[in-house]
Order: sequence, then structure tokens, then C-alpha cells
Amino acid sequence: MSASILGLWNYWAVIVLMMTGLYIVTARDNLVKKVMGLNIFQVSVIMFYVSMAKVRGGTAPILVEGEETVLYSNPLPHVLMLTAIVVGVATTALALALVVRIQEAYGTVEEDELVRIDDDDG
Amino acid sequence: MKQPRLLREEVILRVVSKALVPLILLFALYVQFHGDFGPGGGFQAGVIFAAGMILYGLIFGLANLQRVWPPRRVELGIGLGVMLYAGVGVATMVRGGRFLAYGALDPHHPVHGQHLGILLVELGVGITVASTLIAIFYALGRVPPEPRG
Amino acid sequence: MPFPVDAILFVFLLTMAVVIARRQELFSAAMLTGLFSLLSAGLFTLMDALDVAFTEAAVGAGFSTILLLGALTRTTGLEYQQRRPRTRPLMIVFSTGAALIYGTLDMPHFGDPAAAIHHHVTPDYLARTPVEIDVPNVVTAVLASYRGYDTLGETMVIFVGGVGVLLVLTGRWRWRRRVR
Repeated sequence: MSASILGLWNYWAVIVLMMTGLYIVTARDNLVKKVMGLNIFQVSVIMFYVSMAKVRGGTAPILVEGEETVLYSNPLPHVLMLTAIVVGVATTALALALVVRIQEAYGTVEEDELVRIDDDDG
Repeated sequence: MKQPRLLREEVILRVVSKALVPLILLFALYVQFHGDFGPGGGFQAGVIFAAGMILYGLIFGLANLQRVWPPRRVELGIGLGVMLYAGVGVATMVRGGRFLAYGALDPHHPVHGQHLGILLVELGVGITVASTLIAIFYALGRVPPEPRG
Repeated sequence: MPFPVDAILFVFLLTMAVVIARRQELFSAAMLTGLFSLLSAGLFTLMDALDVAFTEAAVGAGFSTILLLGALTRTTGLEYQQRRPRTRPLMIVFSTGAALIYGTLDMPHFGDPAAAIHHHVTPDYLARTPVEIDVPNVVTAVLASYRGYDTLGETMVIFVGGVGVLLVLTGRWRWRRRVR
């Protein structure tokens, strides 16, 4: 029984990683720090998909010529995740651009101060 | 406060990056056009190409980099890649196939059509990714025109 | 039992994430995110995802770090000491984690060849790629040909993201009128 539960370790590691990212996003006030947390969160999701694609004893899905019986890992999650990484960097860049704009407009990127400034303005 | 030294005045950084940048760009092209045989493809190649350019820009200054890649041209590149990608789809439709069914590009030999289609599509992806990343680097490096406050 | 490299790398990765969470100096935290990405790229390689590892190494360790550093030079390098209590975020995080771990109990095991995701379209892709596309790298074949629509969409998202950054940071409107 214990051996069967331990076979799920990859999901648990990914979940702990995701919890760290979620903690940074929810608990920290600094917006740049939040973006870093989102990055960690993103890596954890990607890791989740890639770990599901792994086949025990398999190899990378690059076909070996003339061999019929090679066991390959699942290429489909790899495809989806590799585009997700690049899209993720584009969205990270957009988030950071907005953070830079907030800094220019408010002079701070700490969330509690932003809320206070907005409250003072009415 | 001590005046910070420019990065290009650091001998090691200058020499190493000057040797590395061409190799990085060459590697990016290899990854771009060899992506169907080994790991790689447009996404990776675009990022590596942009990384090489950004390394050059960091060491030798934004102005020098912008002489090689004027911001206007980079901004055009963002759209060009997407248009190349979608254009391949339109071309397959004109040739009587379905959108992005590359087999139609070479009616006598659909496998060759697939090869050509994948090559062009990956090239489009690579152009868009590289241009986008370089453009983002320019945008972050540019100081805003109006005074703060 | 083989040497559990992947588990050890995971431990490194988790440590790195915790250190990033606790760092107050954002510059060093940004450098650590680069290292974090590099470690995760190593882990992707171990899980046979060479293309993903390649992308993560180039994007995460290269470009994202530069992006974060660039943003930090235009904002602030130091995070403020936080005063408010952290019990509520911790509660949210732990309840989410518990729910997810409960959800994994029915999942197929790590590396299980009988898992459902290996038996729907994947054998089809693996079998048809040598015949129809004739490129060795199945990831490229699926990316560019079988799922060309998806990739076109992703390229479009990158396009929109890039245009968004340009508009936010250097749009023409910033020259026309002063903001605040």
C-alpha cells in the first residue's frame, strides 16, 4: 500500500511547488515579487504536465530510425508546454510592463501603499 | 557615489561576449532549421537569437544594438512572423487544401509539402518570438519621456 | 533502485522556491529565479522532455531574468518588511494544497505506461509521424503540423503580448499628454 501511494510523489512535489508560488502571490505585497511567484506557479504547472508525460523506461520522443519497439514518452504534453513557456514569458513581460507603469504613476509597487493612495484620492 | 563602470569597459565581459555572440546566433539558426531532426524549433531559436542580441546590447550599449536592429524593423518583425505563419495557411487553401494542411503545398509529394510547411511555419514563429523579445528589451530599456511626479 | 536524481533535483527546486519567497532583496531573488529555471530545465530533461527543457533553459534562465532585472531597475530593488499577519494567505495555500493532494489519490502513478493520457491520440501521432510527416522529432511534427492551429494561436498570443508591452511602455499617447 505504501509503495502504491509513493508512486504519486511527483504530483505532491509539484503541489508543494505550486503552494510556494501561490503563497508568494497572495501574501507578498510587492508586485515584482508577485510576478516571480507567478513564474514559480507556472513552472509547477508545466512540471505537472511533463511529469504526466513520462513513461517508465521510455525515451525522448525523437524517433529512432529503423527501430520499431522503442518506448517513447508522450510528446503531446511537451508540445503544449513548450508553447506555454514562451507564451508565459510574453505575459510576464506584459505584467512587468504594467508594474513599471504603476511605479511611474504612483511611485511605489507595494500593494498596501497603492490601496492607501487610491483611498486618499477619494 | 562612485561612478559605475560601463559594462563594455570590463575586459573579460567584452572579450567573452564578442566571441560568444556570433556562436549564439549561429546556434539559434541551427536550432531553427534543424528543429525537425533534434530538439528545437522556432520558439527556442527565437529566444536564443534574442538572447544573443540582448547580450550584445547589454555589453555594448543599446544604441549600438539599435543600429543593427532599428526598433521600427523589430516592431515590423513581430507582425511579419504571424503573417508568414497565417500566410502558409492561406497558401494551402489557395492550393486547394485545408487551412494549414501542408500536404497541399506539393500535390505530387505531400511529405515534401509537410517539410516545406513546417519549415516556413517554424520560421514565422522564430521571427515573431525573436522580434517580440528584442522589442520588449528595447521598451524596458527606454527611459520615459515625461518627468515623474 | 536507481539513484533518485529527479527527487533530489526536486528538493533543490523546492528549496530555491522557498528562498525566493523569503528574500527581501529583489535583485538576488531575480537571479535565483534564473537558477530555479535552470534546475527545472534539468528536471525536464530527466523526464524526457528535451524540447521543453531547451525552451525553459533559454527563456527562464536567459530572458526572464533579464526581464525581471530590467523591471527592477525601473522600480525598486528592495521589498518592504511586511507588517500585516500572514495567517489568511497561509490558510488559503494549505487548503488548496490539501484539496489538490486529495485529488491526486486516484491519479496514475509516475511513469505508469498504462495511464490514460498515453492511449488516446498519442499512439496515433507516434505511428503516423514517420509516414505522413517524415521528421524524426515528433514534438515538432505535432507542434507545427498536427496541431498547427494551436501553435498559430500561441504565436498570436505572443504577438499580442509584445504589442501590449510596447503600447504600455512606449505608446504614442505618452508623448501627446503627460500622465499625472
